[in-house]
Amino acid sequence: MSDETSPLSTPANPGPASLILTLGIIAMMSGLLVVTTYQVTKPIIAANRQEALEKAVFSVLPEATSKVNFRLDEEGLRRLEGDEMGQANLFAGYDETGELAGIALEGAARGYQDVVRILYGYSPESECVIGMTVMESTETPGLGDKVETDPDFLANFECLEARLNEAGTAMRNEIVTVKSGEKTEPWQIDGISGATVTSQAIGTAIRRSSREMLPLIEKNKESLKRTIDE
Amino acid sequence: MVRDPRLPEPLNWGTFTQGLWRDNPVFVMLLGLCPVLAVTNTAMNALAMGIATTFVLLSSGVLVSLLRKLIPKQVRIASYIIIIATFVTIADYAIMAISLDLYNALGAFIQLIVANCIILGRAEAYASKNQVVNAFVNGLGMGLGFTFALLCLGVVREILGSGTLFGLSLFGADFQPWAIFVLPPGGFFVLAFWLFLFAVVRKHRSHSRIQEQEIADAA
Repeated sequence: MSDETSPLSTPANPGPASLILTLGIIAMMSGLLVVTTYQVTKPIIAANRQEALEKAVFSVLPEATSKVNFRLDEEGLRRLEGDEMGQANLFAGYDETGELAGIALEGAARGYQDVVRILYGYSPESECVIGMTVMESTETPGLGDKVETDPDFLANFECLEARLNEAGTAMRNEIVTVKSGEKTEPWQIDGISGATVTSQAIGTAIRRSSREMLPLIEKNKESLKRTIDE
Repeated sequence: MVRDPRLPEPLNWGTFTQGLWRDNPVFVMLLGLCPVLAVTNTAMNALAMGIATTFVLLSSGVLVSLLRKLIPKQVRIASYIIIIATFVTIADYAIMAISLDLYNALGAFIQLIVANCIILGRAEAYASKNQVVNAFVNGLGMGLGFTFALLCLGVVREILGSGTLFGLSLFGADFQPWAIFVLPPGGFFVLAFWLFLFAVVRKHRSHSRIQEQEIADAA
C-alpha cells in the first residue's frame, strides 16, 4: 500500500502550534454546538419546569384554579412576576371566586438515599396541611417510593393539623411522623412500615418548613388574601 | 491472508450487523455495563437510554470520521473526548426538553454516556480509520445492538418487578411484583440470565456450523 491511500497520512511530528490549533478548533466547534443547543432548548426546559411545578401546586391545593408566586422571608412578602418567578418559595392558590384556597410550600429533608424534596399545601383557614406531593426523590423503588403512592399514607395529608400558638409566633404542636398504626393526635403522620426513613423525612420536611414559614404567613395573612382580584 | 487492521474496511452487511450480533457491545464484549445495570428498571428508561447512546455513537462517529485526516494522533483522544462530550451535552438538553420525568428517571446516567467505553472505543477503533458512510452504518449497528440489549433487560425487569410493560399493567391488581427485579440486584440477575442464554445460542450455532462444514467437506 502506498502512503497516499493510508489513513495515517498525517505528518508524524506536527509542531506544537498545529496541535494546539487542532484542539482549539475542535473546542470552538464544540462550544458553538453546545451553546446553540442550550439556547434552543432553554425556553422549552423552563416551560417544562414551570409546568411540573404548576401541576404539583394544583395537586396539593385541590380547590385552587389559579396561582401566584411569592417570595416570603423576614423582610416581608414580595409578589414575583416574569423572570423572577423561579425564586418563589410560596405559591398562593385561589379558587374560582378569587378566594385564597391554600398555600403551597416547599420542604426538604434527608431520606434514605438522598434529599427528598416535597411540596405541601397549607390552608390558613382550617390550619391544616391539605396535600403533599414528592417533587424529587431517589428513594428505593418498591420501599421508600411508597410515600408517593400508598393511599393510607397520603390520607395523612387530607387534614394534618398545623396550628400556631395564640401569639402566632410558633407551632402549637410540631408535626411529627410516628410508627405505622401509632397515630393518636391530629398533628401526627402515620408512617409506612418498610419505608420508615422516607416517611420520617417527609415529616421532618414539613416540620422544618412549617416552623419557619407558618409564623411568617400569619404575619402577612392579609396581604396574601388581597391579591385575589387577578 | 491477514488484513492490515490499519486499513479501511469495505462497506458491507457485516459493517452494520457487527454491533447487532457478532460483537454486540453488551452481550459479547461486555462493555458499557454501568447504564445496562442502572437504568434498565423499566422498558421506557432502557429505550430512552439506548436512543440517547445511539445518537451520541452516530454523531460522534460521523464527526470523528470526517475529521480523521485533520486530527494529529498526539491529540486524538482529547479531540474524541471533546466531540463525544459535546454530543452528550446536546442529548442531555434534548431529553430535558422532551420530558422532565424521563430526565429525572435517567438521572446522572445521561451525562455518564461521556464515559461509556463503547463510544470512545468505536471512535478509536473504527471511525478514525474508516469513511463517513462506514462509520455511520457501523455506529448505527452498534447503537441498535446496545439498545436491543438494554431493552432485553428492561422488558424482563419491568414485567417481573412491576407487572407492567411500558407502563401498561399486564396482570391486573392481584399481581404481587418482585420488587427485587427493579432494584440493582435484579439487574445483575437478569443480565446473567441473558448472558447465559446468548452463550448457549452462540455455542449451538458455531457447533452446527462446524457440522455443516464437515458434511460439506465429506461430500
